[in-house]
Amino acid sequence: MLDSYLQLAVAETFLQPTGPIARAQLDHLNYVVILTCIAIVPALVALPLILFRYRRKKAGDRYRPNWDSNLGLEVAMWGLPIVVIFLMAISLWSITQRLDPYEELGKDPLEIKVIGLDWKWVFLYPEEKVAFVDELIVPVGRPVELEMTSDTVMQSLRISALVGQIYAMPAMTTKLNFIASDAGEARGMNTQFTGRGMWRQKFLVHSVPTDEYQQRIAEARQSPITLNEQTYAILAQQGTAEEAKTPLGITVLEGPLETQGTATVVAERDVPVGQGIAMRLPEPKIFQRVLARYKTGVPMTPETQPGSPSYDPAKASLPPLTAVRMEM
Amino acid sequence: MMSNPTPESLHPGLNLGEEHGEDHLEAETSVFGFWVFVMSDLVTFGMFFAIFAASSAPMWMAGGPGPKDFVDIGSIAWQTGFLLASSLTSGMAVLSLKERHAGEGASRGRLIFWLLLTAVLGFGFLYREIADFVSMAQMGAGPTRSGYLTAFWSLVGLHGAHVTAGLLWCLTIVVGVLVRGVDKRWKLALLRWAVFWHFLDVIWIGLFTFVFLGGLI
Amino acid sequence: MLASLFGRLNWDSIILVKEFEDPDLQLLITSGAAAAIPLGGIFLVLLLWYLKWWKPLLGWLTSVDHKKIGVMYIIFSVVMLFRGVVEAVLMRTNQAVALNGGFLSSDHFNQLFTTHGTNMIFFVAMPFLIGLINVAVPLQIGARDVAFPKLNSISLGLTGAGGFLITISLLIGQFSTGGWTNYPSYTGKLVNPGPGVDYWITAIGLSGIGSTLTGVNFAVTIYKMRTKGMKFMRMPLFTWTALATSILLIFAMPPLTAACVMLGLDRYLDFHFFTNDQGGNLMNFINLFWMFGHPEVYILILPAFGVMSELSSTFAAKRLYGYTSIVAATMCIAVLAFFVWLHHFFTMGQSTTVNAAFGIATLLISIPTGVKIFDWLATLWGGRIRLNTTPVIYLCGFLVLFVLGGFSGIILANPTLDYQVHNSLFLVAHFHNVIIPGTLFGILAGIHYWFPKMFGFRLMESYGKVTAWLWSIGFVITFMPLYPLGLMGMTRRTVDYTDPAYVPLMLVSGAGSLLLGLAFLFLIITFWRSIVNRKQLVTPIGDPWDGRTLEWWTPCPVPEYNFAVLPEVDSRDAFHTAKERGDAYAPIEKYEDIKIPSNTYFGLIIGILGCGLGFGLVWYMWWMAAGSFLAALATIIVYAFLPEREQVIPAEEVRRVDENWRREARETYGVTRDDEITEANKGLARPDVVPG
Repeated sequence: MLDSYLQLAVAETFLQPTGPIARAQLDHLNYVVILTCIAIVPALVALPLILFRYRRKKAGDRYRPNWDSNLGLEVAMWGLPIVVIFLMAISLWSITQRLDPYEELGKDPLEIKVIGLDWKWVFLYPEEKVAFVDELIVPVGRPVELEMTSDTVMQSLRISALVGQIYAMPAMTTKLNFIASDAGEARGMNTQFTGRGMWRQKFLVHSVPTDEYQQRIAEARQSPITLNEQTYAILAQQGTAEEAKTPLGITVLEGPLETQGTATVVAERDVPVGQGIAMRLPEPKIFQRVLARYKTGVPMTPETQPGSPSYDPAKASLPPLTAVRMEM
Repeated sequence: MMSNPTPESLHPGLNLGEEHGEDHLEAETSVFGFWVFVMSDLVTFGMFFAIFAASSAPMWMAGGPGPKDFVDIGSIAWQTGFLLASSLTSGMAVLSLKERHAGEGASRGRLIFWLLLTAVLGFGFLYREIADFVSMAQMGAGPTRSGYLTAFWSLVGLHGAHVTAGLLWCLTIVVGVLVRGVDKRWKLALLRWAVFWHFLDVIWIGLFTFVFLGGLI
Repeated sequence: MLASLFGRLNWDSIILVKEFEDPDLQLLITSGAAAAIPLGGIFLVLLLWYLKWWKPLLGWLTSVDHKKIGVMYIIFSVVMLFRGVVEAVLMRTNQAVALNGGFLSSDHFNQLFTTHGTNMIFFVAMPFLIGLINVAVPLQIGARDVAFPKLNSISLGLTGAGGFLITISLLIGQFSTGGWTNYPSYTGKLVNPGPGVDYWITAIGLSGIGSTLTGVNFAVTIYKMRTKGMKFMRMPLFTWTALATSILLIFAMPPLTAACVMLGLDRYLDFHFFTNDQGGNLMNFINLFWMFGHPEVYILILPAFGVMSELSSTFAAKRLYGYTSIVAATMCIAVLAFFVWLHHFFTMGQSTTVNAAFGIATLLISIPTGVKIFDWLATLWGGRIRLNTTPVIYLCGFLVLFVLGGFSGIILANPTLDYQVHNSLFLVAHFHNVIIPGTLFGILAGIHYWFPKMFGFRLMESYGKVTAWLWSIGFVITFMPLYPLGLMGMTRRTVDYTDPAYVPLMLVSGAGSLLLGLAFLFLIITFWRSIVNRKQLVTPIGDPWDGRTLEWWTPCPVPEYNFAVLPEVDSRDAFHTAKERGDAYAPIEKYEDIKIPSNTYFGLIIGILGCGLGFGLVWYMWWMAAGSFLAALATIIVYAFLPEREQVIPAEEVRRVDENWRREARETYGVTRDDEITEANKGLARPDVVPG
C-alpha cells in the first residue's frame, strides 16, 4: 500500500526495486521493522493504559509509592531487548556481508569508471571507448561494477532502485557493484551536499536488453564530441550537465525537462533538455589521470582545482600518469 | 565553600597528608581537577597521534621527504635529555616544598633554584626543537609539503606549544613565589604545573618512540 | 595602512551596506528576519544604558554563582533557539513550495541549514543542558557551588564568544554553507575561500573549549563535592546523567577541537590535513568529527534522560523504578557512545566487516535505552500520575515519540539500509525525532520543573500545557512526513526539487513547522505571562512539586550559598524521607559563617577576548587576533596574582534567613497535589490522605 502511494515518475527508491540488491534491502527493511515492533509495541501500548489506570484521581489503593524493583520484571526488561537485538545482529551481520558493494556479482562485470564533478557525473566505459555525462546505460542481467572517484569535493553516488550509495572521494576510488534484473529506468543522484547545483546532479540509469545496449554504445561511438583533456576541463567547471552543453557546442532543443527519449540523439549535436551527453572516449586512461592530478607532489591551486570558484579550464591540465609520485 | 570530606570522595593516591584539613581538601579538588583536564588533553594528543599514524605511509608523503631525510637523531637525543632532566628537576622543585616549612627563605630559594633550572632545561629543549624545525623548513620539509609533514609538524609542534605554555607557567610561579611567598595558592599552582610537566614528558616518550625512532626504522 | 588594519573586511562585507547598494527584496526579508537577533542585541544594550541597568547586568555577568550562570546559559539558549526556529520555519516553508524552485536562493538556503544545525546543537541544546546542570546538580548533591566557580564563568564566556561569532555572521560576511558537519574538502580553502567556514571553525572551537572545561568542572564537582552521606548510589538520576555527560564532554570534545584546529591550519597556513592533494585525507576529518559527534548525541540525550527520570518519579509520586538498572544503562550508553562513530559514514567504502561490527555496536546501544524506557513505564506503574501538569505532557510525548526515533535509529544502524537512506530526509527525520522529543522536551520540561528554583515562582500551567502540546503536535506534523519522503529518495539539504510526488508531504511538513514556530511563541508567552503574574505564582518555601531530592530542600529562590547547613543524607530520596519523618523543616541549632567566592570579571574578559580572537581570525585582522590572544594570556597570569576575593556571610545572617524559612514552612498549612497548580501552592507539600 505504501509502495503504491509512493509511486514516482522514475524509480527513485528501493521501495520500487529493479534489481536483486535493492530487493534484498527492502526485504531486510521489512524484517527489521517487524522485529523492532516486538520490542516497542508493548511500550507504546502500555503507556496509555498505565496513564489511565494510575491517573492521580483514580489510582486509589493501587498506589504503591515504594515499589521500585522486581527481579522477574528486571529480567524481562533486559531480556526482551537483548533477544531482539541478538536476532537483529545476526541478520545484520549476514546481510551486510552478503550485500557487499565491493563484491562482484558474477563473472565478467561491465566495468564503468565514474568521475563526480560539480554538478554532474561522468561515466566512462573504457572497454567500449565511450563516455556519458549524467546518463548511465547498463545491460539487463549483466553485473556492473562502478569504480568511482571525485574531481572536486566529496560526493555520494546513489542509485536507489538498484543498490544504494557509496561516497566518491577525490584522490581515492570506491566501488559499487550491482545488477539490473528488470529493464526500465531508474534515477541516480548525488546525495552529498556539494554546493548550489547539488540537487540538479541527477541522472537516469537505463537498464536495457543487451542488443539495445550494444546499439546505444554504437550510437555513442558516432558522437561528434570527444572526451579529451580539453572537453574534460570544460565539464569540470561548476555547473550542471545542462549548463555544460553550450560550451561543448551542443544545441539544446526546447522541450520538457523530464523528457526521457533515447539516450543518444547526438549526430547533429542536438539533444533535448534534460538528456545526457554521449561522447567518444579515445583515451580511456582519463580516469587514472584524474586521480593522478592529486598525486604529483605539486599542490593544487585555485585555478587548477575543479570546484574552486577561480577554476580556470585553460590552466587545469591533467598530468600524465608518469607524473604520479605517491603510490599506494 | 567546601563540602565536608567523606571517605569515598577522597581520591586515592594523591593524598598530601592530613594535617591541613580544608586546605588539604582544596588541594585534592584542585589537583584532581587538573588531572581530569590532563586526561582530556591526552585525548587531544591522541587525535594528533592518530592522524600522524594514518599519514605515515609513503603515499601520504607526496613524493616529499620522509623521516629518514630530516630526523636528526642526535638532536632528538639532546631534546630527550633536556626534557627528562627537566622532569627530574621539576620533581626536586616539588620536593623542596616538603623539606621544611614552606615560606622560609632557604626553602623558597631552593624552590626557585629548581624551577629556574627546569626552565633552563626547558628552554634548551625548545631551542633544539626550533632549530630542527628551521633546518627542516630550509631543506624543503616544511609542514605544507605533504600530508605526512603536516601531521609531523602539528604533532611535534603541539607538544612544543605545550612546553612553551609550561615554561611560561613555570616562570609565572617563580615570580609569584618571589612576590607573594610560598603560600597555599602558589603551592597548588606548583602541584598542578608539576602534573603538567610530567605529562609532557610522557607525551615526549610517545613522540620519541613512535615518531622519531619509529620513523627511522 | 587602513586596509591592512581591517584585513579582508570591507564595506561590502556588511550585509546592510550590501543591501543598500544592491537591494534584493528576498535577501532583505530573510536575512532581515534573522538579523533581528544582533540588532535586538544592540537595541538591548542601548536600552540598558538608558535604564541604567548596567550595574545589575554586570552583577550577573561577573557572577560565579552556579545558579546565575545556569540561568544565563538558559537565557542565551532561548535567544539562540529563536534564531534556530526562525531558520527552521524558513527552510520548511520554502521546501513546501519548492517544486521547481522556492522563494529562497540556494546560497541563502545553504547558510540556513548550516547555521540551523550548528546553532541548534552547539548554542541551543548544549548550553540549555549545561544551564540545567548548572542550576540543579550542585543543589542535588548538597554542595554550595561547583568545584571551580571561576572556571565555570570562563566556560560561559567562551560559549558566549562562540554564540557571538555565529550571530555576527548574520550581519558581517556570511556563515559556512557546508552543513553543521562542515566536511572538507568542500570547506577547504580552495573551494570555499570566504569567511563562512572560518566563522564555523572559530565559533565551534571556542565554545568547544568552554564545553570541555564545563565537563571537567562538573565531573570534579560530582566526584568531590557531594555532601555527607551522598554516596554514588544515592545520587539523583539527573546528577548521574550529568556525570555521564561530563565524562563524555571531557573525552569527546578534544576530537572536535583537534578537527577545528586542523581544518584551520589547512585554511590559514596551507597545511595538508584534509586537502585533496599532497597526501591530505578528508576521511580523517570525518572520523575525527564523528568521534566527537557520536558521543555528542549522548551528551545531548543523557541529561534529558535524567530529567525524565526525575519527572517520572516526582509526578507519579513514587520511588524511581529500577534505580540500579537505570544507572547501569546510563553508564553503558556513555561507554558505548565512543564505539559507534563509524555508523555516520557506513557509505565511505570501508569493508563490510567493519561496517557490520559498528552496526552491531550501534544496535547494542538500543538495549540500555530500551531498558530505560521500560524502567520509566514501571515507575509510572503503581503511581498516582498527575496528568494535569505540564512536565507529564512532555514526559508522555517523550516516551511515545522517542521510542519512534529509536525505531528509525535501529533501521539506520543496518549498514545495508543505510546505503539507501543515508543523506536522505529519513535521516533528518530520525535525528530530529530523537533531538526534539528527547533533548528538547527534556530541556523544556526541566525548565518548567526547576523554574521555581531559579526565579522563585512557577510557570503558568495553562500556557505551559498549550506549549507542550504545540511542540508535540508540531513535531509530529513536521517530521513524520520526512520519513516517507526519505524512503522515496528525497535527499537532505535541497533547496528545491523537480518531482511532484514530494509536494503533498512537503506541504504537510511545512504546515507543521508553522506549528513549531507557534510553539516557540507560546514558550515565550508562557514566560511573559508567568513573569507578569509572578506574585500569584511564588513558591517561597521551595517545594512546589512534592520533590524527593535535595534541591527542593531549599527556599525559592535559592540563597547564594544554597544550604544554610549542608544536609546529611542517609537514603536515596533524602528530602522525601525527611518529609515522611516529619522533620524536614525542624529548627537547626548551629550555624556557621559561610564563605562564598566574590564576583569576578575573569570570565567576562576571557569571553570578550574570545570574540576578538575569533573575529580577528575570520577577517584576517591579525593584530586583533594576536592582541586578543596575548591579552587573554596576560589576563590569566594577572588573575593568578590577584588575591582570591571571598565574601563571608556571617552565621547570624544565615541563621536569620534560615530560621525564617523553617518557621514559615512549619506554620504554613501546605497543599496536597490536588492544588498543586493553583495559587495556593506556596511550595510546601502536604501529604495526601490516600483513600482506602
